[in-house]
Amino acid sequence: MGVATYIKDDKDAIKEVVLQSGIKVKPVYTPEDLERIGFDYHKDLGDAGEFPFTRSLHPMGYRSRNWTTRQYTGFGTPEETNERFKLMISHGQTGLNVAFDLPTQMGYDSDHPMAEGEVGRVGMAVDSLRDFEMAFKDIALDRIGSGLTINAVASVMLAMYQAVAEKFGYDRSKISATPQNDILKEIVGRGAWIYPVEPAVRLIGDTIEYAMKVLPRCNPVSICGYHIRESGCTPAQEISYAFMIAFAYIDNVIARGYRAEDFVGRFSFNLNIYGNLWETVAKFRAARKLWARLLRERYGVQDKKALFLRGIFGGGGSGMTKQQPENNIMRGAYYALAAALSGAQTTALCSFDEAYTIPTERAALLSLRTFQILMDEIGLRDTVDPLAGSYFIETLTKEMEEKILEEMEKVEKVGGMVEAVSSGFVQREVARQAFEYEKKLQKGEVIKVGVNQYTEGVDMEVELHAYNEAWARLQIDRLKELKRSRSEAAVGRTLKDLEKAAQKKENVMPFLVECCNAYATVGEMADMFRAVFGEYVEPNIF
Amino acid sequence: MAGRKVRVLLAKPGLDGHDRGAKVVAHALREAGMEVIYTGLHQTVASIVNQAMQEDVDVIGLSIMSGAHIPICQKLTALIKEEKMDDKLLLVGGVIPNQDMPRLQEMGIKGVFPGGAKFDEIVQFIREHSPR
Repeated sequence: MGVATYIKDDKDAIKEVVLQSGIKVKPVYTPEDLERIGFDYHKDLGDAGEFPFTRSLHPMGYRSRNWTTRQYTGFGTPEETNERFKLMISHGQTGLNVAFDLPTQMGYDSDHPMAEGEVGRVGMAVDSLRDFEMAFKDIALDRIGSGLTINAVASVMLAMYQAVAEKFGYDRSKISATPQNDILKEIVGRGAWIYPVEPAVRLIGDTIEYAMKVLPRCNPVSICGYHIRESGCTPAQEISYAFMIAFAYIDNVIARGYRAEDFVGRFSFNLNIYGNLWETVAKFRAARKLWARLLRERYGVQDKKALFLRGIFGGGGSGMTKQQPENNIMRGAYYALAAALSGAQTTALCSFDEAYTIPTERAALLSLRTFQILMDEIGLRDTVDPLAGSYFIETLTKEMEEKILEEMEKVEKVGGMVEAVSSGFVQREVARQAFEYEKKLQKGEVIKVGVNQYTEGVDMEVELHAYNEAWARLQIDRLKELKRSRSEAAVGRTLKDLEKAAQKKENVMPFLVECCNAYATVGEMADMFRAVFGEYVEPNIF
Repeated sequence: MAGRKVRVLLAKPGLDGHDRGAKVVAHALREAGMEVIYTGLHQTVASIVNQAMQEDVDVIGLSIMSGAHIPICQKLTALIKEEKMDDKLLLVGGVIPNQDMPRLQEMGIKGVFPGGAKFDEIVQFIREHSPR
C-alpha cells in the first residue's frame, strides 16, 4: 500500500515511476532541476530551525533533543494498561499514547448494549475518573506527556486527565496531554463520530480556548491526516486535508475573539508513514514549510514557535500485511528511518502483528527497539536534515508542495473543509482513491511483497494478543459498584450544569471537570451532549 | 423479472468505524454491474435485516474488522431465519482468521472473504450463488 506505480519495458527495466501523489520521478536529477523549479536556499530551505523550517524545527535537530517515542498502548482494564505503560517506560519509551476501546470512543459505558463484545478489546475501557486513577497510577504526569487517542469525546477525556492529575497532586499547568480531538477526520476516515459537525467542531473550539487559559502545556488538538491516509487518500491529499481541517478549527476559535497567534502554537499533527521513502520525506519537508508559510499568509502569525508544524509521524498500519507478517518488522524499520530523515519530533510504529491484533508485548518492544537502534547505533542523530540539498529531494519537496496546494484548492472551491465533509465530497474522493489503488494492487501495477509478489514460502504463526472476556465482566461490575458508592446528587447537579453550558454555548470544559470529579460516567456526559446536540447522520456517498 | 441487476446490501455492524474495505468492495461490485446499497457505519443486526427487507436485496455482505464476527453472524443468521429470508446470500469480509471460517459456513454464511480477497473472486462467487 502506498507504493509507486512502476511501468517496465519487456527487459524489466523501469520506464516510468509515478508516485502516489501523481508526481513522476526522473531517472537522474541534476543542478538543472533546481534551476527549473527556481530553488532558492533561503526561501525554500532556510537554515535548520529557521523559517520556513523545511529542514527542521530546531537548529541542532536530534543532537539537542532526541525524538519522543510514543507507542500506541492500551487494552483490557485500566490496570492491564497501567502495567504495559510502566513496562514500556522501563524500556526507555518517553511518552504515552493511550488507546481506548470502541465503547469509550463512542461515548458508551461498558454496560451499554452497543458495547457488548467490545469492552477492552482495542484499547482500555474508561467509564469514570476511577479508571483514570488506575490507568495513570505511579506515572509522573508532570514529566511524561500523554497522547489520548480519542475524538468525539476528547473534551471529556481532557477534562478527566486534568481531574486525575489534580487528584494526584500535580499542578495542572505542568501536565501535558494531547487528545487527538479531530472530529472532521473521524467523519472522513475512521468513523468514531457521535455529534453533528457543527457542535462537534464547537467542542474542539472549547478545548482549544480552555487549554489556552488553563492547561498551557496541553496540545488540545492533534490534526490527524494519518487516518485519512489510512482510508485511502494520497500523501499530498493527506497534508492538504489535514491543513484544511486545522483551518476550520482555527476559524472557530478566531470567531470567539482570539488571534491565531495566541493558540495555534499548541496545535499538533498526527501524520502517516508508509510506502515510498522519498515521497514520504518530501511530504514532511513540504508540510513543515507550507504550514509556516500559510499561517503567516492566512492568519498573520508572526511568533516563530507558533509557526512550527509539531507532531507525531507514525508508521502506518495499512503498510503492514497479514501475509508474511515478519516482513512487517523490516517495513517498520524503514518507516522509522523515513521518520528520522523527515525530522519527526515524535514517532510511533505499528507493530508487526497489527494486521492481526493489537500488539503483543514482544511486538511492541521490538518496535521501540527499532527506534533505539536508529538513534543510538546507526547515526540518525548525527546531523540535521541529512538529505538537504539533494537535487532529487529538493525538487520532489517543491513538487509535493505544489500538489498539496492543488488539493487544498479543490476543497476551497467547494466551500472549505466543514462544507466538503458535510456534503461527503472528501469521503467520496478518499473512497475513490482507495478503490483505484486496490485495482492497481490486484492487477500487479503496484508491488506489495508477500501480497502480490514473492508470495510463496516464508510464513509464520502469529502469537495473538489474547482477548479476555473476564475484563468486560470486571469492568461492568465495577461500574455498578461505582454507581452505588458515588453521590448521585453531585452527579445530577454537575450533569445539569453541563447541560446548561452546552445549551447556552458556554465553554463546557470547566463543567466537564466538575462532572469527572463527581464520578459521572463517560456515557452520562456523552448522553447529555447527545440530548443537546443530536447525532451525526452520514451523507450517502454511494 | 429477467434482466434485473443483482442487488447487494453492504453493511458495517457494530461500533468499528473502519470502512475502507466495505467502500472499496462497493465500488468493485458496482463496476461489475450490480446494484449496491451501503448502510453506513454503526448498524445493529436488526437494522441491517430491516434494510435488506426494505431494499429487497439478493445478497447481504457484512464487513467486520473488530473481531466480533462470530456473535454478529450468529445474530444475523438467527434473525434471517426468523424473518423467513433464507433465500438471501450471506457473505462476510474483514479481519477473519482462517480457523473461524468453518464455523461461519456452518452458520449459513456462504462466502467468507478476509482482507486481501480479490474483486474477481467476490464477483464470481456472487454470480454463482446469488438467487438471481
